[in-house]
Formats: sequence, structure tokens, C-alpha cells
Amino acid sequence: MTDTNAPDTATLLEIYRKATLIKIADDRFIELIKAGQIASPYYSPRGQELVPSAISVNLRADDYVITTYRGIHDQLAKGIPLKPFVAEFMGRATGTCKGKGGPMHITHMASGLPVTTGVVGSGLPIANGLAWASLLKKTGQVTVVNFGDGASNIGAFHEALNLASVWNLPVVFVCQNNGYAEHTKYEYGTGARDIVDRAIGYGMHGIQCNGNDVVEMWSAAREAIERARNGQGPTLLEAKTFRFRGHLLGDDGHYISKDIMQAAVAADPMPLLRAWLCEQGHASEEQLQAIEDTNREQFEEAVQFGLNSPPPDVSELTKDVFAEGAGV
Amino acid sequence: MNDTKKKRMNMAQAINLAMHDAMTLDQAVVTLGEDVADREGGGVFKCTAGLSEAFGTDRVKSTPIAEQAIMGAAVGAALAGMRPVAEIMLMNFMTVAMDQVVNHAAKLRFMTGGQTNVPLTIRTATGAGFGTGGQHADYLEAWFAHTAGIKVIAPSNPADAYGLLLSCIFDDDPCLFIESLPLYFAMGDAPLQGERIPLGKARIARQGSHVTIVSYSRTMVEVLQVAQDLEKQDISVEVIDLRTISPLDMDTILESVTKTGRLVVAHEAQVDFGVGAEIATRVHKELFGQLKAPVARVGAARSPVPFSKALEDVFIPTKQRITDAVLEVLK
Repeated sequence: MTDTNAPDTATLLEIYRKATLIKIADDRFIELIKAGQIASPYYSPRGQELVPSAISVNLRADDYVITTYRGIHDQLAKGIPLKPFVAEFMGRATGTCKGKGGPMHITHMASGLPVTTGVVGSGLPIANGLAWASLLKKTGQVTVVNFGDGASNIGAFHEALNLASVWNLPVVFVCQNNGYAEHTKYEYGTGARDIVDRAIGYGMHGIQCNGNDVVEMWSAAREAIERARNGQGPTLLEAKTFRFRGHLLGDDGHYISKDIMQAAVAADPMPLLRAWLCEQGHASEEQLQAIEDTNREQFEEAVQFGLNSPPPDVSELTKDVFAEGAGV
Repeated sequence: MNDTKKKRMNMAQAINLAMHDAMTLDQAVVTLGEDVADREGGGVFKCTAGLSEAFGTDRVKSTPIAEQAIMGAAVGAALAGMRPVAEIMLMNFMTVAMDQVVNHAAKLRFMTGGQTNVPLTIRTATGAGFGTGGQHADYLEAWFAHTAGIKVIAPSNPADAYGLLLSCIFDDDPCLFIESLPLYFAMGDAPLQGERIPLGKARIARQGSHVTIVSYSRTMVEVLQVAQDLEKQDISVEVIDLRTISPLDMDTILESVTKTGRLVVAHEAQVDFGVGAEIATRVHKELFGQLKAPVARVGAARSPVPFSKALEDVFIPTKQRITDAVLEVLK
């Protein structure tokens, strides 16, 4: 008998595959930026890998995921193809957006990634519209919109949650609470004791979970996604996590105390998950190593693809502003 | 006379008819906004009256008073293949939704390398004349015309409103459709049902030879009256109704000014940094040697929209100020 309250081995290994791919991508992007091979601000998701990995195994390919400038974990977990993804990071013509969007606006419609926004909170109102369209078209799609704890203080969050509630939309609002809004600690910027408490204000279902615990995160995501799929409306899902590499690459983390950082490092979800999978007999050391090796190999192929790709032609500057032939 | 038998309607009715026809034609056309469904009255200006009864409240959705939520939902629905018409009751309330319009609706096609597009129409009303004061009557079209990726449309009569709105709804890019509050109630010829008016094309509203006036939206009413009055003084005024502000139909403007050698641009928005400045610059560049006078601009006073009738009446570009500008360029 399958325990429906816990992910099975195959699911756990798929979560691990996604999570390690994210970590590998993060490490490699930082190397490439430091080596001058990518010129872009970079917002690392290191520490938050399990959140989207455990969410996405509960999603259909045609479900929508919206994310933010700190979004490579969400995009990779949803299954964006690696070569055009990396090429977009590098601003190349072969990128998902022809090099015109860049890291803060990675989009891949075919993977269910319609919007990545660089504006805090702006994805939430858009999620409602995608979900409304899904209802009108009766497609059964669910929209997941990711944002940080800082976004829960901007007006768009409140307008969006209220509308989703009164329209009973199939949206999962995932707050990846990493404890810091840029450099401002949660307690100094957020009046609510917990983000999930804000669900009550909108008559919305709320779930809080440890986003760094694979079983908790998977169960919470499954509950929220099933509710949305079954017409039970939106959920505010607060996933508690931690951000190891600051707001932006180059951030020295001066605002995080040593004690907090030490505790976070000790609770780093990546080594813990790896050890737990072995202990529980879900996989051998060799199996996990093989997953990591394959990820590394595939990501490296994508990096070489990107580096060997041309930049967009200058004629692209005035294309895609309007529909072709629509004039200026 | 056939003319007396011609069907007449006001602009609010023409907009309502366009919405009805668009929703009949295509299931993807949906609308949302404050009070737009019939349970809430079919819109504060009745432009959406009867739509929810005809098409249901899944496609005609009243919203909370939350412009960011309205615009965001419209952007999302458009990304998913719908053709949403978002009603922002008054143009000043667009300021609350600017992030969704400027950072998202206008830019997503480009930023996604053409993978997505936002076939969204924003309907919004504005204009002085009703004592609504400083936060309910601004013409802010220049802000949007300044933004790459969104079209800006401003009809001046019921038939144009109908044909242009249909074109906006079925256009594959975001369109801002500016409705004039005073014109909602002004009667005009009914449109030919089903006939779309192309975006980006101006209309010669009146032929003339001495001076060209370019205008749009409500100011067209004053401009046409001025042209008629000046005819009595043997001044022949050609009037161009822009219909679409962006993209700007320079061909029509340049052709006219090549003929007349003189241009006045009149609009209800502030003059400074406005649409008139853009047109003047382009005309000066193309026809520098042929102009008989510098291009003149007429617009609202450089102030917030005032409340008192005594001030409001002179705030807008009055017939007198438009006439003065014409006489100035004819000197």
C-alpha cells in the first residue's frame, strides 16, 4: 500500500534531482558571473531549493508558475529546458526570450512559465488572471505564484489575495519566507506574526510549513494544489526557508547575526535531504551521486551551448515591441 | 432628407454596443471592473449594461475597488489567450495600476522575445466639466504614449468610439482606450454595426486650406465649432481628428500641413511635455522650410483640474484660446 501522506521513493528522487540541479546551476552561475562570462545582477536561491522542487512534482506540465527575479529554482523545478535557459541568462539569441528578457524575466510558455517579474509583488495580480482564464476555458490548470516575505507588505499582495478569494480562483500563493526582505529582517518589516495569518483576513485557506523539510513541503503543496484543482479555491502557503547568499550577489550578509547563520548552515536542507534519503533507504550513495553527475553534465552542456551562442542581432531592438506589422 | 432618418446614439451607447458585438463574436472577449455586471448596475456610466445578462457573470466580472488587482487579472487573462477589456472607471485611477500597465502589459511581448502577448484593452474615462476637481478629470495620455508597447486611442464621437473599440479589442497588443466623460452623453450618428476603424489612422474631419488643427477626444467638439466660426471670416481650417494618439499617423498630418503651412495642436491635456510637443517636433523636423509659422499648441492650464466652475471653464482649451492660436499662426 502506498502512503498517500508521504511522497514515494520515485517522487523523492525526482525532488532530489530538481533540488541538486538548482544548487549546481546556482554555483555555476556565480562562477560564470565572477569570471566575467555573464554580466547580470544575480539573486541566488541557495537554501530554498526544496520549496519549488517539492511543489512542482505535484503540478501538471500545463500548470502555470509565476516567479520573481530570485527565480531560477522555480524555473528549473518546473522543467525549463536547460540550453535556452542558460543562454537567456547570458543574453544570447538562442535564449528563451532571444536574450531580450534576461535573468529577471526568464519566460518559457511551453514549460508553463508565463511571467517572471522584477517588481516585488507584481506576479500575484497576474496569477489571478491566468487562473480566471483557466476557469473560463475549463482546462483544470492551477496557477502557482511565488514571492518572498517582503512581497507580503506591498499593496498588490493584498489586492490579489482578496480578489482570488472572492472569485474563488485556482491559485496557490506561495510565500517563500526566507526571513529577509532585501536586508530588512522579517520582524522589522512585517507586522504579522506569521505570513500565513494574513490568509484569515481574506477568508482564504492558509498553510504554513517548513519549506526545508521535504515531506512537509510536499504535503503542504499537494493539499493546496488539490484544493485549487478541485474548485475549493486559493491557498496562501507559507514555506519557511532561508537564503544563504544574500539578496544580491556581492551582499556580505552583514545584517545576519553569526548565531542565525550558524544555525541555518547546520539546517542546510541539501546535505540533510541527501543523508535522509540514504538513511531511509530511498537511495544509495551511488544513486544520488549518479543523479548529481548527470545534472552537472547536462548543465555544463547548457553552459557551453550558451557560451557558443551569438548575441541577438541589433535588429531585435525594435522587434516584439508590437505585433509584427503593427507599426510603431 | 435621409439624414434625419439616420439612427443616432450617444457614446456610452456606442461603447455598450461595441462590447456587446465583440462578446458575441468571440468567447475570448471578457470584461472586468468596478460595478460592471448588471447586479451592480452595469457600470457607473452604463457602458457595460446588459452584458452580464447576455453573457453571464463568468465573462462579465465586477471587482472590488482594487485597480492593481483589476489590471493584473486582465494581464494574466490576456497572457492565457483571452481578450480582456478592463474598465478603470476614471483615468486618474490608472495611477494606481501603473505597474501592471507599464512594467507588464506594455513590456511582456518584448521581454519574452515574442513568446507572449497581451491583447488587453483598458477602457477609462476622463475630462473636465463636471466639477469633479483635481483627481477625477486629468488627461494623462502622454504618459502612456511615451511608453513603448501600448497603443493609445481617444475617440471624439459615438461612431468612432464603436469602430475603434472593436479594433482595440481584436488587436494583439495592449490598447488604452480613452473615453471622454462629457462626450458620453453627446449624440452622434450611429456606427455601421460590425465595422472596425483601423488603429493608427487619423481622419480628416473637415477640409480646409489656410491652417490645420490637429485634435482628439472632447477637444474636437470645440475645434469643429472654431473652424465653423472662422469660416465666416474667410479662414479655411482643416481639422484632423487623430483617433489614435500612438502610433501617430504622421502621414495624414504632414500631408495636411504641407498644404496649409500652418498647424495648431489642441488637446485637453496639459501643454507641457504633451502630445502637442511630439507632433510639433516631428512637423518642424519634416517641414522646417515650408512652415509659414511655428506650430502652436493649446491645452489645459498648467494647474491641477480646478473645482470652481469659474476656473474649470477656463482651465480647458476654450474656443477662444483655440481661435487665438489659429489667428496667431495666421499673422
